[in-house]
Amino acid sequence: MSKIHIANGRIIDPANNIDQTGSLYIADGKILSAIEAPADFTADITIDATEHIVCPGFIDLSVRLRDPGLTYKGTLQSETTAAASAGVTSLCLPPDTRPIIDSQAAIELIYDKAEKANYRHVFPIAALTPQLRGIELSSMAALKQAGCIAVSNATVPLANLLVLRRAMEYASSHDLLVMHHPVEPALENKGCAHEGFFSTRYGLPGIPEASESIAVAQCLELAKLTDCKLHFSQISCKSAVIKIQQAQKYGLDISADVAIHQLHLTENDIEPFNSSYHVLPPFRTAKDRQMLRKGLANGTIKVICSDHQPHDLDAKLGAFPETEPGISSLETLLPLMLSLVNDKAINLTQGIACLTQNPAEILGLPLGALSPGLDADICIFNPDLSWTVNPQNWNSAGQNTPFWGTTFKGRVTHTLQSGKIIYTLKLNTS
Amino acid sequence: MNNLQLNKEGKLHHFITIEGLSKEILTEILDTAESFLGISEQPVKKVPLLRGKTIVNLFFENSTRTRTTFELAASRLSADVLSINIATSATSKGESLLDTIRNLEAMHVDMFVVRHAISGAGHFIAQNTAPHISVINAGDGQHAHPTQAMLDMFTIRQYKHDFKPLKVAIIGDILHSRVARSQIQALNTLGVKEIRVVAPKTLLPSHVEQLGVKVFNTMEEGLDDLDVIIMVRLQKERMTSALLPSEQEYFKCFGLTEERLKLAKPDAIVMHPGPINRGVEIASSIADGPQSVILQQVSNGIAVRMAIMTLTLQNKGDSV
Repeated sequence: MSKIHIANGRIIDPANNIDQTGSLYIADGKILSAIEAPADFTADITIDATEHIVCPGFIDLSVRLRDPGLTYKGTLQSETTAAASAGVTSLCLPPDTRPIIDSQAAIELIYDKAEKANYRHVFPIAALTPQLRGIELSSMAALKQAGCIAVSNATVPLANLLVLRRAMEYASSHDLLVMHHPVEPALENKGCAHEGFFSTRYGLPGIPEASESIAVAQCLELAKLTDCKLHFSQISCKSAVIKIQQAQKYGLDISADVAIHQLHLTENDIEPFNSSYHVLPPFRTAKDRQMLRKGLANGTIKVICSDHQPHDLDAKLGAFPETEPGISSLETLLPLMLSLVNDKAINLTQGIACLTQNPAEILGLPLGALSPGLDADICIFNPDLSWTVNPQNWNSAGQNTPFWGTTFKGRVTHTLQSGKIIYTLKLNTS
Repeated sequence: MNNLQLNKEGKLHHFITIEGLSKEILTEILDTAESFLGISEQPVKKVPLLRGKTIVNLFFENSTRTRTTFELAASRLSADVLSINIATSATSKGESLLDTIRNLEAMHVDMFVVRHAISGAGHFIAQNTAPHISVINAGDGQHAHPTQAMLDMFTIRQYKHDFKPLKVAIIGDILHSRVARSQIQALNTLGVKEIRVVAPKTLLPSHVEQLGVKVFNTMEEGLDDLDVIIMVRLQKERMTSALLPSEQEYFKCFGLTEERLKLAKPDAIVMHPGPINRGVEIASSIADGPQSVILQQVSNGIAVRMAIMTLTLQNKGDSV
């Protein structure tokens, strides 16, 4: 394996409190050292990172690859290529693939496919219940042995709170992280937009904030009861942030993430009936967005994820409520994070920590830092490079994004995974 | 999206929603409709304005009144009309909405009149049809029913002449009503003094006051000093989804009775988009009484729809 010298970059490694200009040295797929030059190091490859930022590769807690089974929306190859181009070097795959990730065979299949796509760090999240039916417990011990990173019922509701309680207890006894979408389905009531002025004006079935905050409150009580390590996936509203903050103060081992687009768009930004804005949880109010940003700044929400959901054209071609929810969002993750920094919602170190150190800690992975000996998963980006979201600059098979046509600042130029360069930005494409 | 309805010259090309249309455009529709009123009373009930044009009524949801008045409006303008009831047609065999539209487009039609159970269907069709085709929304989900709102405005103007001093209340299931949404937008654009909505909280959408209405939860407060009373139909399925306890209790609290009608101005008119649930939202004696203009609304519906068809078909789409 080649020795790589990344020279003259601004190295930001929140886990090790590093933010200074210098070099990063990589050998045998591992990080050899940051800043200080190791003795007798002769680089095979030197990457000039002048005026670039060098940081750990991003770890994304929710990426739908659509593979296996839904390959008309995206393939492991297309979506890991998109991930690499976005600086994402590790990604968690929710269990709602076809087949559903509820067996050792399904996990093995995914590892197999990832290896063929030359993308090492795909981490399957196993189903909390067989077939995501929400009734019985899945074989968590076997699934853990097969290599699942956590358990979750994706966006499918559980039959009742007793199943959730048992699942949390059982996961906890196998030291498995439970990742949970907090939604009370009866209150969600097949809605497709935030219940508020927007849904009223356009006659769209609304989803009240309470459908999320009630579910959060219930889960927090169960976490207390079961002592389970619980992670809330993609929270969207103000009162959820407040409840999680209180629980953390109380001492519960609770973490949460937010989808990057929730930190930017609100119901007021939705172009009427434009299905690329159809997402669940729905875009809420400016107050909710404000609180999500605050929660990120004060550490209540530790992780920003892409919640990447690529779709085929047909899935988004129809009247708004009939279209499938979700945004293809890997490739806008970095520029949208940088725009939070630009808005002074968080600082750059916090933003990078939310994409690296913090998700690694929640998952218990030895990644997300530039410590010597760790896998050399690296993202190098130019924070000032402008680019426009268009077919030339896009890798995901899904073009379903409300940011289509938008010009952003900040672009990944190199991505390394275990010391291997898996992405290099080709100039003249921007 | 409001520009979706207008062509480059700012003229009406589609008619999908009242939102975004100016007072001038709404008034032009009302004035044009006025000029068509006499046609239905002539011995030969036809004018050749749309001769040679083909209009397709695409009804993905059942309707008698709306479909019939659209058919009559089109034939009185001498257009060729084709009514397709999709509930028993291609989409029930799995054909997509877009494929249905494309197929009809290939038959060189000039206008689609569309009713659909999903909000936004009218927008979607207007965005995906050839530029020479006009789309009229005959009701989409809970979003809009702009031709119904315009015939209501026409009826109000007939009786009250000036919109400015009017106090108007819309009473009933506002939450699920596309008619109410379009009426509120039209009344606001035409500049009435006050718009009220009267309903129990289970039948009011959230933040409804931001549409520019005053909210009342009792008839006694809501009816006071009104010029126009608009009753909205109550669907039977609201009882089974825990929105209301029973028809009897609804009538007791929100039914329009003789006694309650006295709270409004003596010359107040009573409107209803139909079909009426007698004894549920309105007492029979009022529906058939002197203040009711319900059947007048139906006749006006033909003239108003003739006006909207003529105006939209006069104006070409953008990319021609």
